[in-house]
Amino acid sequence: MSALRVETTEEMESLEDFRQRARSFIRANLRQVSPDELRWERNGNDDEAELATVTRDREIQRMLFDADLAGICFPRAYGGQGLTYEHQKVLNEEFAGYEYPLRVQIPTLSPCAAVILEFGTEEQKLRHLPAILKGEELWMQFLSEPSGGSDVAGALTTAVRDGEQWILNGSKVWTSGAWWSDWGLCLARTNWDQPKHRGLTVFMLPIHQPNVEVHRIEMNNGSREFCQEFMTDVIVPDADRVGAVDEGWTVGTRWMFHERMLYNSSYVTEPVGLAHGSQDTKIVYDIARAHGLLDDATARANIGEARMLELVVNQLGERVGEGIRTGRMSDQAAGTVRLFKGTSVSRIVTLAFDTAGPSGAAWTEDDIASTSAIGFLMRQAGSIGGGTTEMARNVISERVLGMPRERRLDKDVPFREVPRSRPTSA
Amino acid sequence: MLLNLSEEQEFFRETTDRFLTEQVPPDVLRQLRHDPAGFDPAYWRRGAELGWTSLLVSEERGGGTISDSGLADASLVAYEFGRHAAPGPLAVVNVVAATLGELNAAPDVLAGLLSGESIATWCAPPFGSTRWEPTVDVRRDGADLVLNGEARIVESAGQAEHLLVTCNDEAGVTQVLVPATAPGVTTTQMETVDLTRRFGIVTFGDVRVPAAAAVGPAGDARAQVHRQFELLIVLLNAESVGAMQAAFDMTVEWAFDRYSFGRPLASYQALKHRFADMYMWLQSSNATSDASCAAVAASDPGAAELVSAAKAYIGQYGAELVQDCTQMHGGIGVTFEHDLHLFLRRVTVNRALAGTPADHCQRIAAFVDAREGAAA
Repeated sequence: MSALRVETTEEMESLEDFRQRARSFIRANLRQVSPDELRWERNGNDDEAELATVTRDREIQRMLFDADLAGICFPRAYGGQGLTYEHQKVLNEEFAGYEYPLRVQIPTLSPCAAVILEFGTEEQKLRHLPAILKGEELWMQFLSEPSGGSDVAGALTTAVRDGEQWILNGSKVWTSGAWWSDWGLCLARTNWDQPKHRGLTVFMLPIHQPNVEVHRIEMNNGSREFCQEFMTDVIVPDADRVGAVDEGWTVGTRWMFHERMLYNSSYVTEPVGLAHGSQDTKIVYDIARAHGLLDDATARANIGEARMLELVVNQLGERVGEGIRTGRMSDQAAGTVRLFKGTSVSRIVTLAFDTAGPSGAAWTEDDIASTSAIGFLMRQAGSIGGGTTEMARNVISERVLGMPRERRLDKDVPFREVPRSRPTSA
Repeated sequence: MLLNLSEEQEFFRETTDRFLTEQVPPDVLRQLRHDPAGFDPAYWRRGAELGWTSLLVSEERGGGTISDSGLADASLVAYEFGRHAAPGPLAVVNVVAATLGELNAAPDVLAGLLSGESIATWCAPPFGSTRWEPTVDVRRDGADLVLNGEARIVESAGQAEHLLVTCNDEAGVTQVLVPATAPGVTTTQMETVDLTRRFGIVTFGDVRVPAAAAVGPAGDARAQVHRQFELLIVLLNAESVGAMQAAFDMTVEWAFDRYSFGRPLASYQALKHRFADMYMWLQSSNATSDASCAAVAASDPGAAELVSAAKAYIGQYGAELVQDCTQMHGGIGVTFEHDLHLFLRRVTVNRALAGTPADHCQRIAAFVDAREGAAA
């Protein structure tokens, strides 16, 4: 007698049930925190504190995994929940005001895990996605190189095939937190005789190994979070290649898309009401309050404008996210959000600095205005990192509005013949 | 404009779009420049038949919506008004209709507004960033109410048969519905840049109406007036976004067609980057307009702040966008012969109405202060 197998389609958990489940878990297990505690830069240059934060983020991620609350939009086969973006939004609402694993979100869950999910082999997905969702693997993008930032497809890091493995040499830069991360998703050149976009391949590699040297870079604000990696004869098994040989740009295009989606990605958790970027309305407000300017019309104008921008940036993100998910907008429209984030953060940082008045020039240690001058030094970072605003403007005008592309000298010629920057001493 | 419309909403939007395309093409708008009313009453009646004035009124009171949000539906009409720089006092008639419907007042007047047979307007207090005070006083005299004062920048004041007047009385703020023909009401036409919109000053000199002309409870209308401002701003914003869209589309087409030095304008990176900024402003304006509309429709506690953010943003960047479109056109962009100015006129007037960007930033600061002050 053959067993009668009934295939049941499991019913999707309702949003209300999901909300209740998420709420009781979060309230029972996580700490309520102020937005200040969730700032990426909260630990300054205190490495011990930073490592403790990373450990706590991994712990929370593991708790979420065990409670079936990790990877809402990842398939269940890879440790996710197989739910919808609507569920993710509910989770974002329920996380409001609570600690959450910030350091697991970007770039680990998106773009890295998103790229693995889209292009990885079954074996790669089973090996890495559950580990990521458990908080065991934190990933970095080995993408930008010292030779050029915006032109990511112009990568000079080279991978040479040697039987069933590849040997990588080169340098990657602007990895934020590589010193405490585990894996790198690496874009490398595998064919110098093909035109730029047709000679690239994507690899996965562990960061902490003898042939990868991680240097920390000091930024204008004193932060040492950004890193540069030097790879010397790094061996990567062919099984750790993502996508086809020389077709890395197919992967790269989607990789860039996921990167531009930022906090509007369906793979990323962002508690509602949390403003991202190094500055927000609250700093403008706190400076005005600390300096007794809450009744000053100019200070109030600054507070109002900052808050306006903060509200609109989120509304734009929602709209573009919805547009892309429903197919009403092209993926390329994500450039709009990137452009807005860059330009609005610059504006808000300037508003904070101006609100501080002369205290932006010199201050005593207890003056909150100190953050405004240091922030002002780093103002443009928000328009540079994650693809410059100029690149976003190219993407919008060319890919969304269909305007003629800029003339390029790297098309249809072997990459080795393309003119390159002169090597810098850095 | 909403990103995902239901089939019914899309049909509704399209019907208004088609009607406006036929009835008020740019040449007709130019001819209406010297028309005292700025629009043809028959055109307005036909628009009302399409539903333009019914959307903020419940079915019991003779109105009706397309979707479950009448305000979202009305914002679609306003958006199309912007795209066509269409004539007619859309926002104020809807605000008055909403108020009469909500407070179950003057059903006969409301019926006239719904059918398009008559026009009503709102004699609003001047918008203030943190507070506003009516400029018309009302006092009780036996069975009558007596109004004195002056309201300025009243849309279609010369065409309206009914005036919803926001007044001060001893107890607070009271709203009164006054027939425009009542003795003591005088209207003076003002000048404006819009070709088809008309604004006036309405003066009340011992205007006497029966006490039953009060709309809603006497002395207690402050919250209702806030709501009227929110509805008005939501509709003005949606209209400005429509005007931005029309100006932008026209300018993108121009950039592809216009050649200088043997290349289309659209091939210059310096100009492409400005188009990218304009596209961002347009999408952001759409986003903030729709978000604030949804918040007002849902009576969300944060709605007032979102309305101000949208008005400040669209006031600022709506005008900026159309000015940039003008720059892209060069000399032709500042001529009466070109259509671009129709939209510049619309966003210019809307920027100044119901609070400038600076006013609304001050108002947002007050919300931030109240929140942060309470948290501290």
